[in-house]
Amino acid sequence: MTNIFKNDFEILHDDKYIYFDNAATTQRPKQVINAVSEFYRTINSNPLRGLYKWSVKSTAAYENARSKVAEFIGAEDSSEIIFTRNSTESINLIAHSWGLSNIKEGDNITVTILEHHSNLLPWQMVSRVTGASLTFIECSSDGEISDEEILNKIPSNTKLVSAAEISNVLGVRLPIEKISKRAHEVGAVMVVDGAQSAPHKPVDVKALGADFFVFSGHKVMAPMGIGVLYGKLSLLESMPPFLLGGEMIESVSRYDAVFAPVPEKFEAGTVNAAGAVGLAAAIDYVENIGFDIISQREEKLCRLMIEGIKTIPFTKYFGSRIPETHSGIVTFNIEGCHPHDVSSILDTENICIRAGQHCAQPLHEHLGIPASARASMYFYNDESEVERFLEALKKVRSWLGYGN
Amino acid sequence: METKDIYREIINEHNLHPSHHGEISNPTYEMDGVNPSCGDKIKLQFKVDDSGIIEDAVFSGSGCAVSQASCDIMLDLVIGKSREESERITEAFMRMIKGEASDEELEILEEAEALADIAHMPARVKCAVLGWRTMEKIFKENRQ
Ligand SMILES: Cc1ncc(COP(=O)(O)O)c(C=O)c1O
Repeated sequence: MTNIFKNDFEILHDDKYIYFDNAATTQRPKQVINAVSEFYRTINSNPLRGLYKWSVKSTAAYENARSKVAEFIGAEDSSEIIFTRNSTESINLIAHSWGLSNIKEGDNITVTILEHHSNLLPWQMVSRVTGASLTFIECSSDGEISDEEILNKIPSNTKLVSAAEISNVLGVRLPIEKISKRAHEVGAVMVVDGAQSAPHKPVDVKALGADFFVFSGHKVMAPMGIGVLYGKLSLLESMPPFLLGGEMIESVSRYDAVFAPVPEKFEAGTVNAAGAVGLAAAIDYVENIGFDIISQREEKLCRLMIEGIKTIPFTKYFGSRIPETHSGIVTFNIEGCHPHDVSSILDTENICIRAGQHCAQPLHEHLGIPASARASMYFYNDESEVERFLEALKKVRSWLGYGN
Repeated sequence: METKDIYREIINEHNLHPSHHGEISNPTYEMDGVNPSCGDKIKLQFKVDDSGIIEDAVFSGSGCAVSQASCDIMLDLVIGKSREESERITEAFMRMIKGEASDEELEILEEAEALADIAHMPARVKCAVLGWRTMEKIFKENRQ
């Protein structure tokens, strides 16, 4: 084993494998796996506010996770944190609940061209159902968004703006503060998709100007199936519930129901308490290492990879020329080689990367590339892996039958 | 076969130097096939005579090496054969990809048999069957 960060990740102990698909999902350290296991081994029960000791404990563990998340992203009150399955569900909740009840024909919704499908399709739906227009903030080939774009694409009839803080394809950070400022100027609500930012940098929902902020636990080393929706309390309180059923009510009569207050109003059915406990452990883990170290390592690895790719013939990478702005993500193509073939061939070298359009088809069209390959690194990756990856990359064309 | 060997021994040649890549004028049948998971798009064109014999066939469009090669190999196999025969070959290919083909079925697949190990790469199965599914659709939609 080559670096101390891998100690906590059993799956990474076998250094045969190079895991460079961290933007899709990260690995879990033993601290997270143990926390989930301990929940099931010692206090497992439905966290229904507790009529018996286990349930009191599981409720406390679940609510402790909520407070931890609130602190992690700078929310004022833990009731502003709704647990969901993932970013996708969080955005759908906003679209169905806030979107469908506040957006009308004649209104506008603005997104960016860099969005993941999860932050596009829900808005296409709201636009289709309500008759509101859907407008795109475009970016340069480096992923840069100009001030004029922000100004022009958020017209005064805009009711909602939704943008990713970090692109899952280019790794670039979007100028969220400027976008939210403009959104608020026209009285729109600002949604920030933090799926790719929460794992890599400190988040402060207030500084971002986010009225809603979403992220997925599994991209920050927490279990799959636990996600977060942050919403300003006043907004959440004004919104109708998304899913209806148990645990989200105060009282039910034959034909009517009184809903529970926020956050329970949005957490219908049995919750993923063990997932939330795992997320709390993951946040502890991240904070223990510190975002300083996490980004230092990512920047170093990105620089090494991009400098290396630049020397490999027929190979080009996308996005900013400044490696430090890539958030661990390097998307590339090799001339004459389809990304799917590249990833299949790299798999024979036990290198795991993603290929395709990474759920960002409109961005690929905008950039004029049919598909791409993506290597995404996290702090537990290391220099020796990048070097092995670059060595393999040099041979891809010959493995695919080219003479050079 | 190891993935690298599949590429070296079969896919690369058909991908880089396909025998049936191009377009023909006045095809009897023509159809687009799309692999939604990667956006790969091919067009198949067939010339079929009155007795149902495939006189000529070509493919065009872009895609990964697996889809391109599989398509080229498929056309190698079916040109000169009747549509019924080509449907039988397609069935055999689909069963092979699922790992269910009999020895006789493998035999009629000739060179295409080399793609059997694609079944071990679930993500690539869609690439391998793109051309075959499109051909299947052409004959299904144009029953004589
Ligand atoms: C920017 C961005 N938004 C949303 C998502 C969707 O996340 P999930 O699949 O966890 O819902 C992803 C994950 O791929 C992403 O990268």
